Amino acid sequence: MTPTLYTHVLDAECYKVRLLAALLGLPLDCVAVDSYPGEETRSEAFLALAPAGTLPVLEAGGLVLCGAPAILTWLAATGDVTEGWMPQDPAPRAQMQMWLGFSQRLSATAGAARLEAMFDMPAPEGALAAAEACLRELELHLAIRAVDDGAWLVGDHPCIADIACFADVALCPDAGLLHDEFPFLRHWLYRLRALPGFLPMPGIHPLHELRAG
Amino acid sequence: MSREHALDDWYPVADTVLPQIRATRLLDTDLSVAWDGETASVTGPDGTAYPAEIRFDHVWTCLGPAPRPLFGIEEADQPGRRRVPCGGVRVRCSPLRAVENFLDIAHFPYVHTGILGAEPHTEVFPYEVKIREEVDEVWATKVSFYQPQAAKSAGGATDIRYEYRVPHPMAAVLYKTCPPRPSEWDVIAIFVQPVSETVCIAWPWMALFDDTSSQAELVQFQQEIFLQDRSILENQIPAGLPLDPRMEIPTRADLTSVAYRRWLKRRGALYGALTEAE
Ligand SMILES: [Fe+2]
Repeated sequence: MTPTLYTHVLDAECYKVRLLAALLGLPLDCVAVDSYPGEETRSEAFLALAPAGTLPVLEAGGLVLCGAPAILTWLAATGDVTEGWMPQDPAPRAQMQMWLGFSQRLSATAGAARLEAMFDMPAPEGALAAAEACLRELELHLAIRAVDDGAWLVGDHPCIADIACFADVALCPDAGLLHDEFPFLRHWLYRLRALPGFLPMPGIHPLHELRAG
Repeated sequence: MSREHALDDWYPVADTVLPQIRATRLLDTDLSVAWDGETASVTGPDGTAYPAEIRFDHVWTCLGPAPRPLFGIEEADQPGRRRVPCGGVRVRCSPLRAVENFLDIAHFPYVHTGILGAEPHTEVFPYEVKIREEVDEVWATKVSFYQPQAAKSAGGATDIRYEYRVPHPMAAVLYKTCPPRPSEWDVIAIFVQPVSETVCIAWPWMALFDDTSSQAELVQFQQEIFLQDRSILENQIPAGLPLDPRMEIPTRADLTSVAYRRWLKRRGALYGALTEAE
């Protein structure tokens, strides 16, 4: 049975789920929720489904999952035959969890700054500066990884934490925060875009546009 | 430049989707907009009350002493049409550039790939552009273009006919083949709120025949398209719209843009424009 994803086309959290599903070749029934401008996520019907009133929500059989990290975990656990997207050994598994946590920091800073820049939704004070600090942290991690020829956050295969961090990093220019100063980040973004089955979204261009300049 | 001329036009400052109190900015002036579901009020920082008019599912206001009449869109009240306000999107660009981008057809295959255009169908066929003196509006007619997914209601790729209309320096209306009702036009408009000369809020709005899509689907179809434009708009240099002919490189696809720029200059609508080569 195809899972149902409640989603919004411009929402970075929803995009993470749609991106992983596309990369894994998993079909999703997408239901558009009018979170902006209709505030449908505050409606009684939606709150009954997802008490936090946030997207994305995934429904599969009787299972209801809220939030990108949980849904990414479930998609990889049920739909990834290679097991590359969710390492099983204790150390990389815990590192993946750490970067999933980091992705939440990104969404609270870079994600919030983007929503303010585009839709006038107030972001916490200093969100943009905190987002930049997150980018520096990630840049340093990727620079250290590059010493051992590691292209991904953990191990030698992209994991769900790469996807969880990718969306907000790639969309930073929407908030006026550019990637120019972060060469390792740019390389990582590029590699992710080059994956077979990659799904673009407004603000994240497919690779042929990058080549065209 | 020429804020004074701009003051006498009406601009959208909020949508009427939900009751709200909104702090915003228009022509470098801070405003508070209140909408309770029935009436709207617009107030300046010094307590000045500005006129508030509800039209096309938005609250419009005018800060100047001699408001020019606000244009109409007949189809807005046509029975059977779905009216779809799509929310505001802030863009760091001149309000005039947002309108000009809306009028540009040539970018469809490259920016709205798979929706409003597709390579190799990149040719823009000849069409007609004129300034209709009797109404003082720019019109582009007989535009036709190959589109993979012209509307949410379109089953597949079709040749789509277009007419563009610029009735206001910061608003443009597009009439386009309505897939489920070929005898009618779908109406898609962009209403632009000039926050300053280099920042604007675009309020896309539609009046469509579509009995199958949900409101959320219609809104997001349009939001996706507009957000594809946003990153391009923010990267245009210079931020203002050049009106000096020496700064233009006209191509056939650019005819509407050339007419729009001339019309702005003639009208003296220069807020958000650059008039000399810099
Ligand atoms: Fe566009």
